[in-house]
Amino acid sequence: MISNNPFSTLSEIVPPIAMQSFLITMIALVVIGTLIDIIHKKNVKYFFANAKKAKKSATKELGTGERVSVIARTVLYDIGTTAELGAGKRRIAHLLGMYGTILFWLSSAVMIICYASSSSVTPSVWPIIWHVGAIMTVLGGCWFWFFLRVDVYSEAQPWYRIIKADLFVLALITTSLFGLIWSFLQSLNLNDRWDDKVFLILYIVSNLVLFGGVYWSKFAHMFYKPGAAIQKNLAEADGSRDNLPPKADAPEKFGLGIKREAPKHY
Amino acid sequence: MSTFVYMTRCDGCGHCVDICPSDIMHIDETIRRAVNIEPNFCWECYSCVKACPNHAIDVRGYADFAPMGHSVRVRREEEKGTISWKIKFRNGTTKDFVSPITTKPWGKFIPKLAEGDKPNQNEIKSQILYNEPEGLNTKKELPSVPKDSFKKGVYY
Repeated sequence: MISNNPFSTLSEIVPPIAMQSFLITMIALVVIGTLIDIIHKKNVKYFFANAKKAKKSATKELGTGERVSVIARTVLYDIGTTAELGAGKRRIAHLLGMYGTILFWLSSAVMIICYASSSSVTPSVWPIIWHVGAIMTVLGGCWFWFFLRVDVYSEAQPWYRIIKADLFVLALITTSLFGLIWSFLQSLNLNDRWDDKVFLILYIVSNLVLFGGVYWSKFAHMFYKPGAAIQKNLAEADGSRDNLPPKADAPEKFGLGIKREAPKHY
Repeated sequence: MSTFVYMTRCDGCGHCVDICPSDIMHIDETIRRAVNIEPNFCWECYSCVKACPNHAIDVRGYADFAPMGHSVRVRREEEKGTISWKIKFRNGTTKDFVSPITTKPWGKFIPKLAEGDKPNQNEIKSQILYNEPEGLNTKKELPSVPKDSFKKGVYY
């Protein structure tokens, strides 16, 4: 199952052009949803206005080299390792979900565009990446949703309470989970049985909810957060620091050892 | 004045929810980020501002001088044991202060919350706060204002 390209098998009943059109439609939905979100919330307008205002209190002018170095460091460290979540379970769950999703989407796109016809031979690495990505997404997403959600963890809400903020994470989990189940059932070669087709439909519906619900869900945070991290680090480097005080001139380990505890004291 | 959250900075960690003595910092149901649900009840204690690991919380100034660019921001560095303040006056003057952190670990002193029972869902939803009424050194039922005694036309 893990080295089988599920889209290649699917091409026996669905033409590759239909799959490719679906992929392009999903990308278009993300772009449209994000643009409407930006226009409605005016967050990008605010973001640039704020960055311009902050620049006035800058104490030094950053050269292109310094700017590129700060951005590269932010991409590699802050964004690549989701450093803002600190050390702990939330960061591991987020990294699992983030890299799982990237691998899942990337391999889906490659397999649908390049190896979707039944006559093409798919290098076994792509189906493996697709399945591993889906498993990572399900693991990270479920860990987050069942145990680490802040409304459950810090606000003592029951785990089964579903709110609008869950739309993104639940759609992400179900897309990967239904994709995995569909791939497994399809690999069993059940001939004309209904099982794999039901999960194929669920997989398609989850994709539509995930990519079609960008305006209502937290989907676009994956575009906003990197931008905010870059702006934050540029503000630290040019001395404006968003009006924050400079770091204290004290030895690194000088405190009473009072560590911030997990926010679970409800 | 009351606190507000920079949404791009907040990562929804829950530290402000945990520490707010007024219980007005909560998690937004649409974007799962912190939000001050009742700015009128904020007494500017700065607990959440100091607790936020991402410096995502700020305090809104009064309308008459806030537009003139004042700001009071804080950076808490646990490893160094310091808390730094930057006061920016409306005429552009800035002052920086650094003080030691004097916070005590949760529940080690009075009240000893770490030794207490975890509240159940009904207790969490009730109007009585955790450890009340015993925490107020009384075993009597706490006084309450019946709703029908409220002024007509005022809704709570």
